[in-house]
Amino acid sequence: MATIYIDNTPFEVPTGKNLLEVCLSLGQDLPYFCWHPAMGSVGACRQCAVKVYKDENDTKGKLFMSCMEQVRDGMRISIVDPEAKEFRAHIIGWLMTNHPHDCAVCDEGGACHLQDMTVMTGHNYRNYTFDKRTYINQYLGPFLNHEMNRCIQCYRCVRYYKDYAGGKDLDVFAAHNHLYFGRAEDGVLESEFSGNLAEVCPTGVFTDKTLKQHYTRKWDLTMAASVCHHCSLGCNITAGERYGTLRNITNRYNGEVNGYFLCDRGRFGYEHVNSVSRIRKSLVRSNLPEATDKYTALQTVVQLMRQGRVIGIGSPRASLESNFMLKTLVGEDNFHHGVSDAEHDLTELSLKILKESDARTPSLREVEKADAVFILGEDLTNTAPMLALAVRQAVRQEPLLEQVSEAKIPVWQDAAVRELVQSEKGPLFIAVPTATKLDELATQTYFADPDAIARLGFAVANIIYPESPGVRGLKNNDLHLAQQIADALMKAKNPVIISGTSSGNEAIVKAAANIANALVAKEKSAGIVLTLPTSNSMGLAMLGGHRLQSAFEAVENGYADTVIIVESDLYRLASEGAVTNFLKSCKKVIVLDYLHSQTTEHADVLLAAGAFSEADGTLINNEGRAQRFYQVYPTIEDIQESWRWLGELGTIVAHDQISWWHGYDDILSAIVKEHPEMKGIEMVTPPSDFRIAGQKIPREPHRFSGRTAMRANINVSEPKPAEDPDSPLSYTMEGYRGQPPSAMIPFFWAPGWNSNQSVNKYQQEVGGHLKGGDPGIRLIEPKPEHKFSYSAAVPEKFEPMDGHLFILPLHHIFGSEELSAQAAAIQERIPEPYIAINTDDALRMKLDEGQLMPFAIDGNLYQLPVKLSTTIASGTAGLPVGLPGVKFAELPAWAILNRELQWKPQHQTTF
Amino acid sequence: MFSLLRSMWLTFLHAFHKRDTIQYPEQKAILPTRWRGRIVLSRDPDGGERCVACNLCAAACPVDCISLQATEDETGRRYPEFFRINFSRCIFCGYCEEACPTYAIQLVPDFEMGEYNRQNLVYEKKDLLINGQGKYHGYNYYKVAGMAIGGKDKGEAENERPPVDVKSLIP
Repeated sequence: MATIYIDNTPFEVPTGKNLLEVCLSLGQDLPYFCWHPAMGSVGACRQCAVKVYKDENDTKGKLFMSCMEQVRDGMRISIVDPEAKEFRAHIIGWLMTNHPHDCAVCDEGGACHLQDMTVMTGHNYRNYTFDKRTYINQYLGPFLNHEMNRCIQCYRCVRYYKDYAGGKDLDVFAAHNHLYFGRAEDGVLESEFSGNLAEVCPTGVFTDKTLKQHYTRKWDLTMAASVCHHCSLGCNITAGERYGTLRNITNRYNGEVNGYFLCDRGRFGYEHVNSVSRIRKSLVRSNLPEATDKYTALQTVVQLMRQGRVIGIGSPRASLESNFMLKTLVGEDNFHHGVSDAEHDLTELSLKILKESDARTPSLREVEKADAVFILGEDLTNTAPMLALAVRQAVRQEPLLEQVSEAKIPVWQDAAVRELVQSEKGPLFIAVPTATKLDELATQTYFADPDAIARLGFAVANIIYPESPGVRGLKNNDLHLAQQIADALMKAKNPVIISGTSSGNEAIVKAAANIANALVAKEKSAGIVLTLPTSNSMGLAMLGGHRLQSAFEAVENGYADTVIIVESDLYRLASEGAVTNFLKSCKKVIVLDYLHSQTTEHADVLLAAGAFSEADGTLINNEGRAQRFYQVYPTIEDIQESWRWLGELGTIVAHDQISWWHGYDDILSAIVKEHPEMKGIEMVTPPSDFRIAGQKIPREPHRFSGRTAMRANINVSEPKPAEDPDSPLSYTMEGYRGQPPSAMIPFFWAPGWNSNQSVNKYQQEVGGHLKGGDPGIRLIEPKPEHKFSYSAAVPEKFEPMDGHLFILPLHHIFGSEELSAQAAAIQERIPEPYIAINTDDALRMKLDEGQLMPFAIDGNLYQLPVKLSTTIASGTAGLPVGLPGVKFAELPAWAILNRELQWKPQHQTTF
Repeated sequence: MFSLLRSMWLTFLHAFHKRDTIQYPEQKAILPTRWRGRIVLSRDPDGGERCVACNLCAAACPVDCISLQATEDETGRRYPEFFRINFSRCIFCGYCEEACPTYAIQLVPDFEMGEYNRQNLVYEKKDLLINGQGKYHGYNYYKVAGMAIGGKDKGEAENERPPVDVKSLIP
C-alpha cells in the first residue's frame, strides 16, 4: 500500500497500479478514452492529464498522463488544478473538431462515453470553424454498424479486436489525421467476439445493428440482470426491453465470470424472444379455436393429468425451478431429462468428476491467469466461446510473469509489454479432431480421432503421476508429445486442463480428469474445466432424473400414457423415428415451451412459457455456479414461467407439497431441502421481500420516458403498473436510486457516467470484483482429504472401417445452439450443412469439395456437400451438430457409406 | 377617506375604457407567435419529416406524455415509426421544443383542443405532422449531420470535406 495525496487529501492505494486506475477506484471523476481496464494503457488520447507535484513545496507541478504514471508512495497530484482542467477541455475540443453533428441520430447517444467525457470536462462549444473530415463506411456484417465519421482515433477497437480477441480482419489504415478503423474491404467481421466493439468503442463508430432495427435509448429501456442462456458458461448479461419486445443485450460485469466482454452468440442471440415462432397463447388442440386463455388451458391439463399416468421430461435450457417443479409434480421416479442419452451420460460424468476430483474447477477469470493450458477434444470457440477468449489471455501469462516482471515493466503498460513479449506465448496444447481457431496460439496441436486424444491424455497423466493408468502401444511421436505436455504442465504454477462434452467421448473427459488430479497429486494448483452442452445442464444433472430413453420405454411398456414436456424439442435429442413413435404412442402430450418446434406440433395442450427475459430462475453453469436471472418485463397475454404453470397445476390437483409453496422463495427453500448439496442457491440473490430504505429496486432509469403515452393508444387511462411478486425489483422507475446488491444490478449508471463504463463505480477496484462480491454462488468445491480414483478406461486404438466413416460432432457458434439459431442476425451467420472428410479419404472415394455425399447413420439417410479437411483423421468425418436442416443423430456414430443409397429429397421443416 | 374616494373614482373611470373582453368564439384572440399551445411536428424546407426520432423531447417531458419509436427508411434516414402525445397529460411547458435538436417539435398558438372524450386527446403522428416548417424556417438537420441519407452522401453536408481517400498518404 502507498499513500498518495489527491488535491491534498491523503489516500491509501495499492502499489503497482497506474494513477488513472487508482483515481477511478477511489471514485474520482477523471476523463479517459484509450485506457480500458482489460487492455491496459497506451497513453494515446492524452485525456487523463493530471498535475503531479514534486513535493509539498512544489506549487507549479507538471502535467502527466495519469494512465501512464505508476503510483509512488507520497505522490502528490491534483485533478482539479485549473491548468490540468483546461488541458483536458482542450483535448476534448480537439477530439471534437471532426466529430459530426450526429448525436440525435446516433445509436450511442445516451450511453456514450464521449458525451459523458465532454460534459465532464466542460467543453461545450466548437471553436473550430473549418470543415469536418468525412469517411465512407463499411458493411461489417449483421451484427455491427459502422459510422467512421464519429471516430476519435483512440485505438481501442483495434487493440481489443487484434490484441485482446485475436481477430485478424479489423485494422487501422491510412496516416496522419486520415486514420481509418475498419476492414481492408467491406465484409463480415470474422471474430466471434466482434460485438464487444460496440461497448469498447467510446463513441458511435461501432454500434449494435440488431438494436438499430428497433432502436431505443438506454434511458428508455426496462432492464434487469440476466444470465446468458446460449452456452454452459453462464455469462452475466443485462437485457433491455421496450414496448413489449426485447431490444438488446449488454454486458453485465462479473469479475469472476465474463468480465467486460461477451461473445456474439450471447449478445445477438436474444432475438429468438421476438421471433415469429414464439408461442404467445396457450393452445388446446381439441378446442376450436385452439388458442385459449390460461384458465381453460389449466383446466384441460388438470383433466388430462387426472385421467392419465403422467411422466415429465425436463430440460437443460429451463431454469432449475422449472425442472424441480416438474420433478415434484410428476414424482421423482417419473422425471426424465430432455437431453440425448450420450449427453446425459457425459453430463453426469462431468458432475461426478467435479465432485470427486481433487482439482478445483476454476472460474473464467482464473483461467485467464493460468500459465499452462491443455485442451482435450473441445473446439472452445464454438462450444464455450468466452472460455476461448480466456485461454487467449492465459497464453500471455507466462511471458508476463517471467519476462515482464524481470524487466520491471508494469503489466498495464500495454504497448511496452507487447513490444517486449513480441509473439512469445505460454504453453498451450490442443488435442482436437479438427482445426480450431485457437490453434494459432498453441505450442503444439494434435489432430486425431477422439480415442487417440483420450490415449494421449491418459499417457500425459501417467507420465505426471505413475499411479494414473498408462497406455499401451502408444507410438513414439505421441509418447514424445505426451512427455512435452507433461513437462510444460509440471513447470507451470497454475495449469488448467480443459475438456468437455462436445466431443461426445467419455474417455476424453476421464483422461482430462486424470491429468488434473495427477497434477494435484504432484502438489500443483491445477484446475479442470469441463464445458457442458447447455446453459443449465449442470443444474439438471444435480437434480437427478432418468434418461430420455427410459421415458420412451415407459410409454411403450404402458407404464405411462401422458407426458409433460418442459422446454424441450425432442427432435433435437433423439432420432426422428423414435420421437415420432413416442409422441404418437402417448395418449396425451402436454408441452410447455416458448418457441414452436416439431415437438409442439404434436402437443395436445401447449402452454405458453416465458422465454428467459420473461421468467425468473436460476441456472447452474459449468463450474457449478448458481446464478439468478430476473424477469425483465411483465408479460402480456397468458405467458408465464414454466415453474408457475406447473405450480398452478400442482395447486389445482392439490399436490401435497406444491400447494404449500406460495412464491419463488418457497421453491428455492424446497429445492435446498430436497437437495442439500445445492445449499446456497437461496442466497444467490436477496429474497423477494428485500427492500432498501423500504423501497424496491427500479428496473427503469430515472430518465425513463413516455410512461403516460406508451399505452395511451389502447386506453388513455393508465393501468396500475405490473407488480413483481418474485423479486425486489419493480417494473417502474420509482424506487431506491443507489447501488443495489451486486446480484441484482438492473443496469450500470452513475451520475455523469451514462455509458457502460460506469461499471467503474460498482467495482471494489477498477477491473476487480463488484462491490459486495461477484454474483453467483459456487456449489461444488473439492473436498479436502478426498482421494480421487483414477479412471482406467483407456480406449483401444481407433481402427477405420471399410465402407464406413466414424462421424464426429462438429459445433458451430452460430447454428448449433437451439435458441440463438432462431435469432435473425445469427441466422445470417449460420453455415450451410456439410460433411467434413479427410482429403485422402475424399481422393479415395473420388469426392471433391462441394460434391454431395450420401451416407446413413442409424438408418437415417443424409446427403450433404463434402468439405475437405486436412486435419480430420482418416476414417472419421465431421458432421455439424444442430444446424437447421440436419437431422439429429447420436454422435459420434458410424455411418455407412453407399453411393447407391436411395435418397429422395425430403421436405425439411425449419422453424 | 380620500383613498376610498380615489378608488371609487378610478373604478368609475373604467366604464369608459376600451373593452378587454372579446366575444370568443365569434371573435378570436390574437396570440403572440411564441405562445405555447398545441404541439405540431414540422417538415424541413425540402418537405421531409424533420423529426429524427432522437427521443430527447420524450426524455425532457416532465409528465412523460410523449412516446415514439425510431425507424429508418432504406437510405438510412431516421424518422419516427409512431409519435404519440397524450394531450390529456401535457402541461404545455415547451421543454420538448427546447430539447428538439431539429426544430421538429414546435408549440403553436392554438389552444382549441377541447374534447368530450379524453381518449380523443391522444394525438398520433398523423394528427401532429403539419405540411410546413412552422416557426423556424430554413433549417434542415440532415444538411449539417454527418450521416449519409438518400440524396445526401458522405461529405455533402454543410462544412464537410469530401470523404477521405484511405489509400492516399498525401497530407
